[in-house]
Amino acid sequence: MNIERLPELVNANAAIVRWGRHMNETFMIEVGDEQHLVTVRAGRIEKLEKGPFVMRSWAFAIRASRECWQEFWRSPPAPGWHDLFALLRRGEVKFEGDQRVLWSYLLYVKLALAALR
Amino acid sequence: MIEPITGRYAHMNIEGRAHRVYFEEAGQGIPLLCLHTAGSDGRQFRAVLNDPQILKSYRVVAFDMPWHGKSSPPAGWQGEDYRLTTDVYTDLIMTVARELELARPVVMGCSIGGRVVLNLALKHARELRALVGLQSAAYVERYYDAAWMDHPEVHGGRACGALAYGLMSPLSPEPHKWETVWHYMQGGPGVFTGDLFFYQVEGDIRDRIGAIDTQLCPLYLLTGEYDYSASPRDTQAAAAKIPGAKVTIMKGLGHFPMSENPDAFLSYLRPVLEEIRKS
Repeated sequence: MNIERLPELVNANAAIVRWGRHMNETFMIEVGDEQHLVTVRAGRIEKLEKGPFVMRSWAFAIRASRECWQEFWRSPPAPGWHDLFALLRRGEVKFEGDQRVLWSYLLYVKLALAALR
Repeated sequence: MIEPITGRYAHMNIEGRAHRVYFEEAGQGIPLLCLHTAGSDGRQFRAVLNDPQILKSYRVVAFDMPWHGKSSPPAGWQGEDYRLTTDVYTDLIMTVARELELARPVVMGCSIGGRVVLNLALKHARELRALVGLQSAAYVERYYDAAWMDHPEVHGGRACGALAYGLMSPLSPEPHKWETVWHYMQGGPGVFTGDLFFYQVEGDIRDRIGAIDTQLCPLYLLTGEYDYSASPRDTQAAAAKIPGAKVTIMKGLGHFPMSENPDAFLSYLRPVLEEIRKS
């Protein structure tokens, strides 16, 4: 698991970029106590910044423990750890912020995060 | 190549309103009525409807519920919210069986269909030859807000597709997974959410399933291991309350076994249908 590779893996995958081509947002991924801000421009990940951050805005945040993300990013993932909503049902992840934006780009966000497998 | 499936429309009254219901069928023999998942349609059963071995002994029928697939909503739909309930769903299935003259059919349903077969087991066991629940859970708590999939500022097709995508196994073949997603993307506004009213709110059947008599009507429960909505644990919890229920956990499959990985699913289904045929 190396979240730093997220821009490279997503931007090289035209099928994933396509699902986010109207997305121009910044969202937060929290891996344990480590924060990352992902800035998307037209489906490409323009910037991946590592926290800590001071007074930064984001549209939505996806927060989970390091152990949870390790399971999610395993290839192939085990049953019950293979999807963001699977993590939600087991209470391992929190979606915060503007849920409308998350739902609008849910398929893109799922595919982008799964690209790290 | 032309498939053996034929599609027709049947006119019937459901809840006192006129409906034009689309159904597909193939094969001859014991009627096998198939119930699709929330927010999708009968195309999910395309592989069952094309399986030569099953078609030798079964008349397989898959219908699109009203509001789904090629079955339109009833006149006046534009002024109401679609909300599925246990009674309406049960009545719909028995009406379709009667109108299509399916004598003592086997009923096989997935997800919401896997839930409603438990109610069919309670209410109509004597009229049915056997029940097959795919991804059956007696209850699934509301762990996300389905209202977002029926919101003017969120594209319903994309949102429903995204939800369905994650319910499948990462091991299922990509073409079948994405066809399953496509069916979800074609659903009408509010239909998936309306089905989930039954699944997540109204249709909690935990307290009643202990009364199911599998001597009257055999009950088979088949669940894919990657399903986190109706998980293997949920199915096993339901089966623990139903003496005689036969559980199979399907390895490597998710929430839409018949549609996301047809070959693997058929390898689990064929022996069940053989057992039913011989009984």
